[in-house]
Amino acid sequence: MAEKKKSKTVSYNKWGYIFLIPFIVVFTVFQLIPLITTIYNSFFENYMSGLKQIGPNFVGLENFKTIIQNGDLITYASNTAIMWVMGFVPQIIVSLVLAAWFSDHTLKLKCQRFFKTVIYLPNLIMASAFAMLFFTLFSVNGPVNSVLIQMGILKEPFVFLGNITAARTLVAFMNFVMWFGNTTILLMAGMMGIDTSLYEAAEVDGATSTQRFFKITLPLLRPILVYVMITSLIGGIQMFDVPQILTNATGDPMRKTLTLIMYLNKHLFSKNYGLGGALSVVLLVITAILSVVVFKVMGYDKED
Amino acid sequence: MKKKVISALLSVAMVATLLVGCGQSAAPAEEAPAATEETAEEAPAAEEEAPAAEEATEEAAPAAEEGKVLNIRCWNEEFKSRLTDHYPGYEEVDATHGKIGDVDVVWNITPSDDNAYQNALDAALLEQETAAADDKIDLFLVEADYALKYVDTDYTMAVKDLGITDDELSKQYQYTKDIVTDSNGVLKGVSWQGCPAILFYNREAAKEIFGSDDAETVQAKVADWDTFTATAEEVKAAGYNMTATVNDTYRVYSNNVSTPWVVDGKIVVDDNLKAWVDNSKKMVDAKQTTTEELWSDAWSAGFYPEGKVFCYFGPAWLINFCMAADVDGSIANQGGWGATVGPQGFYWGGTWICGATGTDNPSLVADIMRQMTCNEELMIDIVKADDDFVNNQPAMEKMASDASYQSKVLGGINPLGLYAEGAKKIDLSNLSPYDQGCNEEFQNAMKNYFDGNAKTYEEALEMFYKAVEEKYPELSH
Repeated sequence: MAEKKKSKTVSYNKWGYIFLIPFIVVFTVFQLIPLITTIYNSFFENYMSGLKQIGPNFVGLENFKTIIQNGDLITYASNTAIMWVMGFVPQIIVSLVLAAWFSDHTLKLKCQRFFKTVIYLPNLIMASAFAMLFFTLFSVNGPVNSVLIQMGILKEPFVFLGNITAARTLVAFMNFVMWFGNTTILLMAGMMGIDTSLYEAAEVDGATSTQRFFKITLPLLRPILVYVMITSLIGGIQMFDVPQILTNATGDPMRKTLTLIMYLNKHLFSKNYGLGGALSVVLLVITAILSVVVFKVMGYDKED
Repeated sequence: MKKKVISALLSVAMVATLLVGCGQSAAPAEEAPAATEETAEEAPAAEEEAPAAEEATEEAAPAAEEGKVLNIRCWNEEFKSRLTDHYPGYEEVDATHGKIGDVDVVWNITPSDDNAYQNALDAALLEQETAAADDKIDLFLVEADYALKYVDTDYTMAVKDLGITDDELSKQYQYTKDIVTDSNGVLKGVSWQGCPAILFYNREAAKEIFGSDDAETVQAKVADWDTFTATAEEVKAAGYNMTATVNDTYRVYSNNVSTPWVVDGKIVVDDNLKAWVDNSKKMVDAKQTTTEELWSDAWSAGFYPEGKVFCYFGPAWLINFCMAADVDGSIANQGGWGATVGPQGFYWGGTWICGATGTDNPSLVADIMRQMTCNEELMIDIVKADDDFVNNQPAMEKMASDASYQSKVLGGINPLGLYAEGAKKIDLSNLSPYDQGCNEEFQNAMKNYFDGNAKTYEEALEMFYKAVEEKYPELSH
């Protein structure tokens, strides 16, 4: 009897592994193998010149040298960072405020469901469609310019996409509009998980709502904040579709809206697997470092 | 026990789906060799039949032994509508399918934006050898800007190998042949159009500003670049922009360069292009033009009277195909454009038909080429129906003096003389396979300079070099 029972546990383990197979297979095929081939490719000179294949020739670290030496990487990394920060700061502030309001029962907000749906809606639009929309709205002959001129604010059309600050602001604003709803929902979930007795106790002690927010909500929200921060950071590093469509793949004016992934995409023109691979590896390293930094700064690693 | 059964079932189901997934992709792979064997057997037979079929093409549909599917790759509807309207025996089935005899014509249209057309074509051509006979590309179209990229490879068939003789092609303009002649001097494609370009001016504006809209008066005002820029001021004073965008004049300058874009792997910026930058910068600063892209809404706004644009540069297809001639209220619709030579002659665009190596419909491809580019009667029909300028020197020269031919969009004048004169002068000795990328990036980079984001020409030039070297890693400056 005892023996039989033992074998049963062993067979359950086996099922566990079997259930893992789909994940392992999918991970290997779609993640691990591409990752390894990318790293492998980064050591080769390998591109198409017209319809002629050049390479692959082994060049060692030459591709990495090219990428780091020409200094473009830093420019594009800072473009990405600036546009990400310009979008993320308002995003986190607005989301925190909205989440606090939505989860605060004392406010008795009406039509909560409606507003929650509305703020999430921009996220359902495809980023490229959204970018096309903005491209049209803010074009020289677009509605924004005509409204501004008719209102007498402008004398002649303002070329939004010909001005570095305006173009970057547009990209940041679009990212903000697309993602603040999502962040709000996440933060709200975190806030609802906070024990209400803590707030009641604070109220009894005479804490103001500001104090309650900063002394109770924020500290207890930290795990969720770290999660939001890291996902948004990775999303920010991968920023691509919005500026790509908005600037017609040029990253102009002066390549100041050219993000790292758009730069990567430029190498696709000649199917430059070598330089593209090297750039991807550098991006992987940057992403890893930034994630670790966020983890450390937020003190999340000491939590448990 | 029940649990065990269920979990066993589930995992079987899961593994099964995985296997099914593999199975589906494996199956065609197994079939593929069989398919290629079949075509391999068929191929020689088809070749043997070819000469016989050629004789028959004049009256009958291509030999039944050839493929039943004709795959055509192109980037817009132009060639399709030409084939539909003028090729004998072509029946339209739906937007992407047609029929010639019992052969299905499949149109694979990929817009050229962002290089999408070439990417798709490249991928398909690289697969050409292994593709099933009915999936092989039979015929594809190329533009002058990148023709060399395809022509200078074995992926395009020599026109001679399709059975078309030099004699049949003798009436075509020499420049249309130069573009699609590979480095060994072999002709690899043919075109039904000639694209000599001229200057189209807004008659209404010309009357208002110069007091006359006849071509001679206007030509005197745009005879060379100095008078052109001087006129721009005059035009601006009357409330018109000289051109819709700086890129309108780009091709006029870039066709008249004295060196190709790339010499021995080095990028060279010709003096004439520098002149374009200088003149355009002046015009932008004086707000006589804009820095918008070609084909953008701001560019096409000038097709209508309220757009207030004085002139456009372009070939016959621009005014016929792009300038909203069929929209009520457009200038073209009212016949409000005039035509004159402009500061310098140039050409713009043009579409070449290439036969893809490995096609299973060689005689049909040859017949399409023959009909569309050598059949004088059919070509004259194209001119009359579509205001196109066709690639047939004697026919065009004859029509140029034919008073009965009138272009409606140009207010009833016969512009063929202007085109025919221009076509003879086109010189394409300075083409390179990198033209498209270089032209695009040069305009993009200079836009920064015109907009004032790049402080100097040199700064913008750096951006240009950077972008081109990204596109073509083998180049340097």
